Formats: sequence, C-alpha cells, structure tokens
Amino acid sequence: MSEILKVSDLHVYYGSIHAVKGVSFEVHEGEVVTLIGANGAGKSTVLNTISGLLHPKTGSVSFDGHDLKGIAAHNIVRRGLAQVPEGRHVFLHMTVEENLEMGAFTQPNSTIESGIADVYERFPRLKERHKQVAGTLSGGEQQMLAMGRALMSRPKLLMLDEPSMGLAPLLVEQIFGIIRELHQSGTTILLVEQNAAAALSVADRGYVLETGRIVTSGTGAELLASPAIKKAYLGG
Amino acid sequence: MVHFIQTLLSGLSLGSIYALIALGYTMVYGIAKMLNFAHGDVIMIGAYAGIVIVAQLGMPPVAAIVLSVVICALLGMLIEYLAYKPLRQAPPLSVLITAIGVSYFLQNIALLIFGSQQKAYPTLFEVPDFTVGGVVVDGGTVLTLCTSAIIMVVLTFFINKTKLGKAMRAVSEDKAASALMGISVNRAITLTFAIGSALAAFASIFYGITYVYIKPTTGAMPGIKAFTAAVFGGIGSIPGAMLGGILLGMIEQFSKTYISTLWADAIVFGVLVLVLVVKPTGLLGRKISEKV
Ligand SMILES: Nc1ncnc2c1ncn2[C@@H]1O[C@H](COP(=O)(O)OP(=O)(O)OP(=O)(O)O)[C@@H](O)[C@H]1O
Ligand SMILES: [Mg+2]
Repeated sequence: MSEILKVSDLHVYYGSIHAVKGVSFEVHEGEVVTLIGANGAGKSTVLNTISGLLHPKTGSVSFDGHDLKGIAAHNIVRRGLAQVPEGRHVFLHMTVEENLEMGAFTQPNSTIESGIADVYERFPRLKERHKQVAGTLSGGEQQMLAMGRALMSRPKLLMLDEPSMGLAPLLVEQIFGIIRELHQSGTTILLVEQNAAAALSVADRGYVLETGRIVTSGTGAELLASPAIKKAYLGG
Repeated sequence: MVHFIQTLLSGLSLGSIYALIALGYTMVYGIAKMLNFAHGDVIMIGAYAGIVIVAQLGMPPVAAIVLSVVICALLGMLIEYLAYKPLRQAPPLSVLITAIGVSYFLQNIALLIFGSQQKAYPTLFEVPDFTVGGVVVDGGTVLTLCTSAIIMVVLTFFINKTKLGKAMRAVSEDKAASALMGISVNRAITLTFAIGSALAAFASIFYGITYVYIKPTTGAMPGIKAFTAAVFGGIGSIPGAMLGGILLGMIEQFSKTYISTLWADAIVFGVLVLVLVVKPTGLLGRKISEKV
C-alpha cells in the first residue's frame, strides 16, 4: 500500500504556545488511521496544519507525493484532501443542497449532480431535508451534512475531526457505521477522536497524542488491548 | 392624491439609490466584518468620473455609465487591497479608523483635483416626464426606480443562484470552512468590494441625475443615510439593505412633503433608533444559534 500522507517532525505554535511538538506519522492508501488523545492534546492543531489552515514552524507534510509547504488551504483541497472540521461548521444559513454544492466547489459543474446523488444515497436523511436550511438540522444531521459535504470533493484522503462530538450514543454508532462503510468502499480516512474505544474499533492503525507528542502507536486491536491505553482512554 | 403618488414615486426612487449604496455596506460587512466608511466617497469619485468622461472628454453617456462602473469597481478593489487587506487580523477599531482615513483621503484627493466648487453632473439622457391618469411623473425618477429594481433582481439572482454568489455567502458565514471547500477567501472578499463599488457607481449616476451638483463631500450624506438603511434592514442582510433603503427613502420623502423639510432627517434617524430598540438586529437581521 502506498503512502498518501506523511507528516514528519511537525512543530506548530500559537504565538508562544508550543501546541504540537514533533509529531510524525503516516497514512497509507485505503487505511483508516486514528489519532486519539485527551482535550488539548493537539489533535485539531495537527489536522488544521495538514489542511493548510495553520502553518508549521518546522517539519513537513507531504500528501500524495508532494510537499504541501506554502500551499494555501483552498488549493490543498484541490489536490484531494478534505477535512470535516471539529464542530462540523456547516453553513448554517444555507440549505443542505447548497452546502453540498459548496463541498463541490473545486469540482467541474457537470459532476456536481451525480456527486449529490451519491451523498443522498449514503445519507438518505439529507435527501429528505435537501431544501432545509442547515441551521435547522439536528446535530447528527449536521454531522452527516459535514461529512457529505467533504465527500463532494471526491477526496483521496478524508480527515474527520471528532465526528462523534456532542452526539447521543445511537447517533455515535450511526456515524461510526458510516465510517466503516466508507472504509469498505475504499476511502482513506484520518480520524481524530476523543472516543478512543469507538475510534480504535474502526481503525486499522492508531496513534496516541499527549500534550503535543505521539506517545504510542500500533494497530487498532493492539491499542485496544493495551493496558496503558485502557487505563488512560477507555475508562479502566 | 396626485401629491401622494408623486411623493411615493420620488420616495421609492430616493430609496432605491439608498438601497444600492446600502448593499455595498452590507455585503462588505457580511464578508469582511467591517464598516467601510469610505464607501460613500466611492460614489463621489464615481460622480466625478461621470463629469470628466462626458463634460471634459466628450465621450457619449453610455461610456460614462460603463466607465464609472469600471472605475468604481477597480477603486473598491484597490482600497481593499491597499488599506484593508493588511489589517485582516487587526482589531476592528484599527480597521474602522483606517476606513475613516480612506474616506478623508478620497475627499481630499477630489478637493485637490476638482477644487471645492461644485460641478454639474452632465445630462446623460433626456427622459421626458409623462402623465399617467392626470399625474405628472418625473421621467428621471421612474428611470432610477426601474434600473435599480433590475440591478437588485440581478444581484439577488447572482447571490442566491450562482456558484460564485453562493461561495460569497459561504465566506460571509465561515471563512475557515469556506477555505476547506476550496474557496479562496481573499478572492471572495475582493469580488465583494468590486460588486459593492460597482453598485455605488450606479448610485452615483442616479444621484447625479437627481441632484446634479457634485462636490468632494457629496458622498458623505448619502453614505451615512445608506449606512443607516443597512443597519435599519439588518446589517449583513442583502434583502435587508434593499428594504431598509427603500423605507428610508420613503420616510424621508414623506416627511419632507407632509411634515417639514427641516425635520425629515431627524425623523429618519428617529425611526432608526426606534427600530433598533424594538429589534436590535434590524428588520431582517437574523441570528440562528449554533447547535452544539
Ligand atoms: N487559537 C489558539 N490559540 C492559542 N492556543 C490554542 C489555540 N487553539 C488551540 N490552542 C492550544 O493548543 C493546544 C492543542 O489544542 P487542540 O485544539 O489542537 O487540541 P485537541 O486535541 O484538538 O483538543 P480537543 O479534543 O479538545 O478538540 C491546547 O493546549 C490549546 O489550548
Ligand atoms: Mg480538537
């Protein structure tokens, strides 16, 4: 399996706050890789740096064989890297369908309709609500919309930042079910989660982030079985 | 009755000029979260452009329309690039003060070039007055009204139905998410300034036709009124700016006709205060709370 994303010795600062301290990892084509860690560990900072919203002080991100240094966020999407941001960030005043169209901003107009049809097939709930303004959707529906919107750019790598955040258990299950389906259909996914048990159960491999550093890594099953991980992240 | 209809029409026409200007304020506020107080002065520059093009260069009226739109759009983009873009991360107060600085700068440039004496805006077209059912209707008023209506319909279509218009709305709502969609936030902001300033150019033409005399401070009063209209309608809301502009023009015109010319402005601003007390977000201002 070829490497689609390679993050090497990434250091990211917010002013004088050193949030990410030398993070390295890689994602191979077709994998689901998860980055788990507690609040403030630096997970979102890593994702936002990969997608170009933040810039590293040192270290590099290489995607699909190209260094992303100096490339603006809106151009990184064009290369096939989509991010579902933490807190969903759907366009609340726009309809479901318009949100999906925005997801396809980089795509040729002729493919948008079939892209929307694909998303509706995966998320029938969105189809029922296609004329509804996103601000009136439930949290779970907004998460589906955010995921559908990201899929509209037909990404080579989909990055999800805490897709289960703030959702009821039943919805969390549903979201992870969708992640599994995406995995089976060949989508490469980098999944950031605080919900370590759920994330590790869908992931091929995982990395554990603690205060800006990767402290452990392994396959999903290995990490799930590790006593240290159990103690720190799985509630016993 | 005749009086009433004439007042109504001129109120609508004045209101549509305010609406065109208010759109520039509201669109820029929506996307860049700043009050572009130099916006009124773009109108003044547009008006001088019309004077130079027709009266001094002897070009046809169509050239005055096309060129003043182009000049204002370029000016808007230039102002954004030179004055506001470097302040994208700066506190709002710095941006506000810069905008006021740009406003004075433009006024003084005009003062240097054109002097303080007012200049007459050329007659771009002879629109005859006409009579409908015994009411004499001013041709210029109707022209302003109809053209503005067309411009607003086109703008509404652009914003709501085209990919680029939707992208501008997306950027207004959430810049980081828009960037993650592949939208260039900077380009969307530049486009907004260009469109807002092009609308100001149309306003300058209608203003010139209606009020004729232009001086370096010409943009200030319609600028302030249109800003009021934008707040009145709900700043950031495009239909709000249209509604706010029209209502403001009507209130002003009816106050002038039926109450007193002197009191008209006081009444206009009084109504604004009243609306804001009752509905602080303006008539069509909205706030959908974020779901957690
Ligand atoms: N805009 C910011 N300015 C300053 N510090 C920040 C900023 N954003 C994050 N930080 C700090 O950087 C560190 C990492 O934050 P980050 O958001 O990446 O954590 P996270 O792992 O995503 O946490 P969570 O699970 O709560 O989302 C934290 O200490 C946080 O306080
Ligand atoms: Mg986070």
